[in-house]
Amino acid sequence: MRNRIKTTFIASLVVLLAASCNNAGKSADSGALASNVAEKVYVAPGEHDEFYAFVSGGFSGQLAVYGLPSGRLFKVIPVFSQDAEKAWGYNEETKPMLNTSHGFIPWDDSHHPDISQTNGELDGRWVFINGNNTPRIAKIDLTTFETTEIIEIPNSAGNHSSSFVTENTEYVVAGTRFSVPIPQQDMSIKEYKGNFKGSLSFVSVDPEEGHMDVAFQILMPGFDYDLAHPGRGASHGWMFFSTYNSEESHTLMEVNASQNDKDFIAAVNWKKAEEYIKEGKFKTMPANYAHNVYDESTHMATSTMKKEVRILDASELPGLVYLLPTPKSPHGCDVDPTGEYIVGNGKLSADLTVHSFSKMIQAIEGEKFDGEAYGIPILKFEDVLAGTVSQAGLGPLHTEFDGKGNGYTTFFISSEVVKWKVGTWEVIDRKPTYYSVGHLMIPGGNSRKPFGKYVLAMNKITKDRYLPTGPEVTQSAQLYDISGEKMELLLDFPTVGEPHYAAGIPADIIKANSKKIFKLEENKHPYGVQSDAGVRIERNGNEVRIYMTMIRSHFNPDNIEGIKVGDKVYFHVTNLEQDYDVPHGISIIGANTSELLIMPGQTETFVWEPKQVGVWPFYCTDFCSALHQEMQGYVRVSPASSDTPLTWSLGED
Amino acid sequence: MLCGALLPLFLFVFPLWNITLEAPQYPIPLGMDIYINDFADANPHDIKNINLMNHYVGMKYIPDAIPEFKIFPAGIIITSIIGLILAFKGRYKWFLGWFIFMVLLSSAGLYDFYLWEHDYGHNLDPKAIMKFTNPDGSVMGFQPPLFGSKDILNFKAHSYPQLGAYFLGLGMLCQLAAYFVGKREAKPINAK
Repeated sequence: MRNRIKTTFIASLVVLLAASCNNAGKSADSGALASNVAEKVYVAPGEHDEFYAFVSGGFSGQLAVYGLPSGRLFKVIPVFSQDAEKAWGYNEETKPMLNTSHGFIPWDDSHHPDISQTNGELDGRWVFINGNNTPRIAKIDLTTFETTEIIEIPNSAGNHSSSFVTENTEYVVAGTRFSVPIPQQDMSIKEYKGNFKGSLSFVSVDPEEGHMDVAFQILMPGFDYDLAHPGRGASHGWMFFSTYNSEESHTLMEVNASQNDKDFIAAVNWKKAEEYIKEGKFKTMPANYAHNVYDESTHMATSTMKKEVRILDASELPGLVYLLPTPKSPHGCDVDPTGEYIVGNGKLSADLTVHSFSKMIQAIEGEKFDGEAYGIPILKFEDVLAGTVSQAGLGPLHTEFDGKGNGYTTFFISSEVVKWKVGTWEVIDRKPTYYSVGHLMIPGGNSRKPFGKYVLAMNKITKDRYLPTGPEVTQSAQLYDISGEKMELLLDFPTVGEPHYAAGIPADIIKANSKKIFKLEENKHPYGVQSDAGVRIERNGNEVRIYMTMIRSHFNPDNIEGIKVGDKVYFHVTNLEQDYDVPHGISIIGANTSELLIMPGQTETFVWEPKQVGVWPFYCTDFCSALHQEMQGYVRVSPASSDTPLTWSLGED
Repeated sequence: MLCGALLPLFLFVFPLWNITLEAPQYPIPLGMDIYINDFADANPHDIKNINLMNHYVGMKYIPDAIPEFKIFPAGIIITSIIGLILAFKGRYKWFLGWFIFMVLLSSAGLYDFYLWEHDYGHNLDPKAIMKFTNPDGSVMGFQPPLFGSKDILNFKAHSYPQLGAYFLGLGMLCQLAAYFVGKREAKPINAK
């Protein structure tokens, strides 16, 4: 009996030991692998990331700034949506930025950021991004990481094929997703076919200041213009737009717009368009659209309504547009770094169609057309086809390039990224995404010089990938290492809003240009003050303007009397700090607006209309210093009929 | 001797002294260059930001100007002129006199600097926001070092001479050298 127990004991000990050895071996293996991947995205505390990624917020209307490879979020730049945190669209200075021909609009759907270029390479001066719903293009200045200009696009609806830039940022493009009556009019939707039109807008960018202007619009047949990319190298001067709904259907589109075996990629010769403009072959059409500009020296935006736009009619002007038949409702329309290949991602198919620019030119020169659509020549599919990436996956959406001869395409339905070889069209590798990937981004992807180290895939659905947060869960971005033959999934991080598309750039190109403060002596705000000597309060009827300053750790003035119920009180607050990363904030009880968050040297304004008699405190809302809690003040509000004199002070007993 | 007389004039081009304050939240340290006639920011707005820091402990603002900014330049110009005259006309023994004179003047300048620093670091506003005491209970001072490095609360303060001071020193050494050279050349003449 004893022996049996002993034997059993020894036996179980052996089993246990063996098992634990086994376990140790396994966990060591996976541990080593896991840490290897972790090291590739680990950016030590205090270290900087190698790339900036500007990731659009989709339905959030904003643009988020992340670092790669860490996936750390640095800033959410407010663009088309009001942001109470930064007072964007709430303070008096930035309200005009959200003005449109439809009035003030607090939201939009931001889709495709693109970074400015010089000679086909990223120059890191600006990021452009489109507003989808109420057609607009915004420009973000990469010295301040703030939106400094928004232009509305007239004769457009669903500004989706936007905002892609040409090789020298000559133009930012804006094509209509929805065709509409141009000009708008009251008509039956049933009369769509032949009467609704699309427009492709070319927004010029001033090379010095970056100011945007709708240079011209090309009037197109009533298809849906989905995405676009510019030519580069030999194809510089051309812009390519994918289209669907060449059926010109207007209802139950999921069926009716999916009937034609092929839709088109529209190749637009914008150099030719410039010639036509010079020759005066445009029509000037009355229009009404907002142009909003933020001036960094006055710290204020102004909104101007523009009243006309130049139109070139593609049906009437030969040589302006050609149509390249492309199978199955192409979505993404992507151009490789050499400018030779134009990829149509036929979203209802398993194949990618790649067109050749040089073959397209030959076909045009040989006038080998296969009919026309509303006077626009259609080229023969076989004449322009460079090749097909066959059976690569299900539902191809978008392609980017690594600059080393490979394309990377997302497949929405089969949730994967597929790597293929440009020229041989063979599939090299595929990796799953989690889940339903839309766009992908390689830094410099829309340029002659991609930085092909990482690809960022942006997913529409995450389901079980993170801790659940009720019915609404985050969307995500996934980072793959593409430096080797096979792709490797490194990181998976949640995003702000819908990470629709992104633009990436090596940090070294822009980080040294990032401003630290606004210089106080350059502050030209009409209600700003340069020092405490300018502090005052002025009353004009029931309009009261407080010229206030803030510096660690007080407001000047901090005691105000003589305000009355019914007054409209403007707090014009200047941050006198000239030190990096010392913003101050301010708000007061009952202000029907957001706080202000004011950077060093900047002036911002909020309006307060006191409704109740009393003494009401205001305070600094950004933890600024050791005496932040003491940074506060009082406003005495007297009845409307009172004659309390207007007084203000700081530090008086 | 000519070099000796002219080198101190570089004080009008280069700073005499520098005080730098380091702290973790100032990855670019705060710094002040002291010129013969001015206080200057090492990086833009440094003095303003030093003042903002120092007001918490009741230190006075660094003034835009102090009387020394008029006296010191005058002193340097006068001594340089005297030096020049000596260089062309003077006898070597006077070179030594000039050197000693300069040493005395520089020492007086340094002492004056020390007095200002002491006042700046100890003459604190009685309504100071934060009051610190030494372990023995006396009021803590915040005087930066005259020469060297020192921890002051969360800052590490460095105080060192700059290019201008080195030129002044070099000038004075030239004088001394000129004296010895002059002395050696003078001997054979005397021997004849």
